[in-house]
Amino acid sequence: MSSTMAEPAPAAHTPSRKPYFLTCAFLLVMTLITYVVAKFDLGPLNDVVALSIAVFKATAVVLFFMHVRHSSKLTKLTVVSGFLWLAFMIFITMSDYWTRGWLDTFASGR
Amino acid sequence: MVSHEAQVHGSHVALQHHFDDLEQQREASTFGMWVFLCTEILFFGGLFTTYVVYRQRFHGVFAQASRDLNVVWGGTNTAVLICSSLTMALAIWSAQINRRKLIVLFLLITMAFGLTFLGIKTIEYKEKFDHHLVPGPHFHYVCPPGEPCHPEQAQVFFSLYFAMTGLHALHMVVGVGLLSYLLLPSWQGRYTSEWHNPLECIGLYWHFVDIVWIFLFPLLYLIGAH
Repeated sequence: MSSTMAEPAPAAHTPSRKPYFLTCAFLLVMTLITYVVAKFDLGPLNDVVALSIAVFKATAVVLFFMHVRHSSKLTKLTVVSGFLWLAFMIFITMSDYWTRGWLDTFASGR
Repeated sequence: MVSHEAQVHGSHVALQHHFDDLEQQREASTFGMWVFLCTEILFFGGLFTTYVVYRQRFHGVFAQASRDLNVVWGGTNTAVLICSSLTMALAIWSAQINRRKLIVLFLLITMAFGLTFLGIKTIEYKEKFDHHLVPGPHFHYVCPPGEPCHPEQAQVFFSLYFAMTGLHALHMVVGVGLLSYLLLPSWQGRYTSEWHNPLECIGLYWHFVDIVWIFLFPLLYLIGAH
């Protein structure tokens, strides 16, 4: 960690405002992009594109505003596990809904 | 890692007796806050999962009903929350450079953004009440002419809209309350570069609520925009 400060900062990073303004600008631009992109019909890609942009924005907030970039490994692990469990919940629930129709297909011998 | 300052001021007024030093105390409370936020992710996650289930089942009608939401208000609120996250981060930055009045200023601006968000939300909710789009006995959805008409499916969309934005708005109210709780200690100069973890933790909460809205905005407002 390259610190140009005379004293070591307790939070292990130099207090600079710049990343916050850059993050804010990035988030505002991405909001504009997601709004403009939503006006075009991309078929099944609509939701994928909108959610991908949202994931990018959320990642920026977590890394820069929430200081996870400079956090301990324990904190990073906790953050990842939180979102991983959300993914489990959605994926396992949807794997049920997506495959329910298959039962009828099997029962009727295709 | 024991910081230089924490060693010098071993008996810092904020240091709890069950911690060795401020760094350990800071690490523990940040970890604790993130564990709480994990439960919050799953708390909102239940609603998001419900949304995904019904969104794929009532795909067309969700896009149709979404057009009754005001994208300009929703987009404005997105920008308001992003700016509030910036000022929240700047409040912590102010503590890192030991400017107590600046902390108070940025906290007040953050609260003002939060209240602006809630004000816009109130206008939106009133519009929905006026247009009979609130689920219940008075729900009356007017289908766009020439399109498939399923008011009962549209009602599911608006139920999710009110449940998700309602829970989010409740978190905003709590967030503004928590920020007001930080004002006095900040003014008294209790948060410095050495110790400002209450600011950090409530900041984490504030940014988390911002993240929830980052997902709510496209899922609720933009799915019918094309």
